[in-house]
Amino acid sequence: MGLVITEEQGLLKESARDYLKENASIALMRKLRDENDENRYSPTVWSTMAEMGWAGLIIPEAYGGMGFEYVGMGQLLEETGRSLTSSPLLSSALISATLINLAGDQLQKEKYLAAIAEGKIISLASEEVSHHNPSHVQLAAKSDGDGFTLTGKKNYVLDGQVADHYIVSARTSEDDNSMKGISLFIVPSDASGITKTNATLMDSRVCAHLSFENVKVSQAQLLGDLDKGYKPLQKTLDIAAIGISAELLGIIQESFERTISYLKERRQFDKIIGSFQALQHRAAEMYCQIEICKSLVIKALQGIDEDSFMLPALSSMAKAKCSKVAQLVTNEGVQMFGGIGMTDDEDIGLYLKRARVAMELYGNYNYHLDRFATLNAY
Amino acid sequence: MSALEAFKTEVGEFLDKNCPDSMRQPMKAEDDAYWGGRNGTFKSDDQKQWFEAMAAKGWTTPEWPTEYGGGGLSKDEARILKKEMAKRKCRNPLYSFGIWMLGPALLKFGSEEQKKKYLPEIAAGKIRWCQGYSEPNAGSDLASLATSATSVGDNYIVNGQKVWTSYADQSDMIFALTRTSSDGKKQQGISFLLIDMALEGVSTRPIKLISGKSPFCETFFDNVKVPKANLIGTEGGGWSVAKYLLTHEREMIGETTDPDAMVPLNVSAKDYIGVGADGKLADPVMRKEIAEWEIDGAGFLFTLARMKDEMKAGQPIGAKSSFLKYYGTELNKKKYELHLTNKGLDSLGWDGEQYEEGKLARMFCRTKGNSIEGGTSEVQLNIISKRILELPSE
Repeated sequence: MGLVITEEQGLLKESARDYLKENASIALMRKLRDENDENRYSPTVWSTMAEMGWAGLIIPEAYGGMGFEYVGMGQLLEETGRSLTSSPLLSSALISATLINLAGDQLQKEKYLAAIAEGKIISLASEEVSHHNPSHVQLAAKSDGDGFTLTGKKNYVLDGQVADHYIVSARTSEDDNSMKGISLFIVPSDASGITKTNATLMDSRVCAHLSFENVKVSQAQLLGDLDKGYKPLQKTLDIAAIGISAELLGIIQESFERTISYLKERRQFDKIIGSFQALQHRAAEMYCQIEICKSLVIKALQGIDEDSFMLPALSSMAKAKCSKVAQLVTNEGVQMFGGIGMTDDEDIGLYLKRARVAMELYGNYNYHLDRFATLNAY
Repeated sequence: MSALEAFKTEVGEFLDKNCPDSMRQPMKAEDDAYWGGRNGTFKSDDQKQWFEAMAAKGWTTPEWPTEYGGGGLSKDEARILKKEMAKRKCRNPLYSFGIWMLGPALLKFGSEEQKKKYLPEIAAGKIRWCQGYSEPNAGSDLASLATSATSVGDNYIVNGQKVWTSYADQSDMIFALTRTSSDGKKQQGISFLLIDMALEGVSTRPIKLISGKSPFCETFFDNVKVPKANLIGTEGGGWSVAKYLLTHEREMIGETTDPDAMVPLNVSAKDYIGVGADGKLADPVMRKEIAEWEIDGAGFLFTLARMKDEMKAGQPIGAKSSFLKYYGTELNKKKYELHLTNKGLDSLGWDGEQYEEGKLARMFCRTKGNSIEGGTSEVQLNIISKRILELPSE
């Protein structure tokens, strides 16, 4: 496979861009924010996305999905990065669909994958602390006759405020930081004993902190094998990091293009500021870094579809580089827009704020740099 | 079996038969490379046999048309040949600026007569070429070059000086940019001339670098009489030829991977710095720096592959070659900085067997030229700004 998207993937990307521009642009994001919408996403937009097949894009046709490649999903995420569209595309359609497909049994796949494809929202509840650390699981699942009882906390659950179900990573044996002894459960969000608190982050999006108090779950709600949840979880998180890298790539390109346009129109000292070499070289440097990001993202997306043994390294490379370059490009964007870049009226700052959240999700720069070195045995 | 598969089998059999074992080993010394030329000598019988077998097929220049001494292969066939050679670790049978630089320009700008005369000589390694572009006062601002070519009857009389002319002291001919007019824009008075180095009035002097001995020379022209038949393209049209040729050169430099195949950074770091009980490099700062470099390095290789795929899909590389040149050379410089830090004082030995005659230290010094030759990094950034980002000129 060449490192280019297929014609079909290209068409998907174009139609996504057109749709988002018309229906889920920054204007919508500002409206949800300024009206202090509780959930900060548009159910109408999401149900249209589901109708267009986005919610089930990577779900096999046998379970009601489109059976498309992850490269295609990457194009959608890139476009939602450009348009700053908040939706459960990442949390439910990419992450939870991937995990259920990897770990679920036949019945679970039939039930939950079909639900995701229809636009129902399932969120992964795996983070407990402020830094990504998937093997750190304190939330306990105690065996309880024919089922389990969950007690503990999960934080920063994406779309947790509107999810129908959660996939919860829970400790069933071993100590709090072991990769062994982690099990996954699918739990309805309205189960008795779950308390949720909404948290609004810098990007004006909302996620949920969850508290579990003796939440009863049955054996049938166990996703995959008891004590063996880490393996599918880690692979899903690799894919999640690639998905968020694709979104970052969209954020990077859009903020870069907006900055370049601004350099071509803003005048100071009787000159277009884009004619100053001090700015030109910084712009050209960003262009180069973005080219590297594009290659790492497409390579990583293809790595998912090819089930490459390099997937963990490809994922960490993409997330580390895209995080670093997103930091560079959004900082330079605000700087080059100057005073106007500091104002809320100008959009460039919105990209900076979304980038900071996306950079942190599923492992920040430091996490993935460390992981890349570890994967390469140094 | 498809035609390409049949070709692959044929190539494989040919290489197995004609490429001696000693020509499948990595090169150890500079003179392991055969450069041809009037005074070219073979270091071994194996080297001679391998070169002659390839030259007889026209495979020193696989994609050039057969009427000009090339192999007449299609792009796909040439790719197969390259792959099969790489698979067997076959050495390049002929190193040649004639092949890499002049040839493509002749194919595009040369007259039929010129193509027939020069291209077969290049393919057969009979004439060794060097490049005469830069001058003491025309580096990044190449168009301000001053070496003059004055029209006198059927000849140009050439006077001036070129610098950074690689291997000029061993070359038979030079392709040079000369000034035939000082009127109008400075790019317009430039002409592309082929000059025999044996002519009266041509002399060379080697240049020593911060890394020590180098292939670079200064080349002087003192009333050198060059036939007008040696003009490529039109009089005053040399700048387009030069630009075309430089784009080729940039792609090549950007793509050049480490010829000396240094051990990977993380391996040498483990050897020299050691690892802690947790299996991580004992120096966390180096660990970070190396991981960053390796991610950028992998990203760059993927980008080369991606751009090749994009070219295949019909998107021309254009000014992106400036990005490749800039990024590739900066990465290479950074790599040698890290190699030095890895080895500490042991990296700095300059002479003596213990230090392989200062191989690493000298290569480190040499890399500093990567971002200067073939257009400085700053010039590449200018090109990206203007031609890709379309930012205005001041």
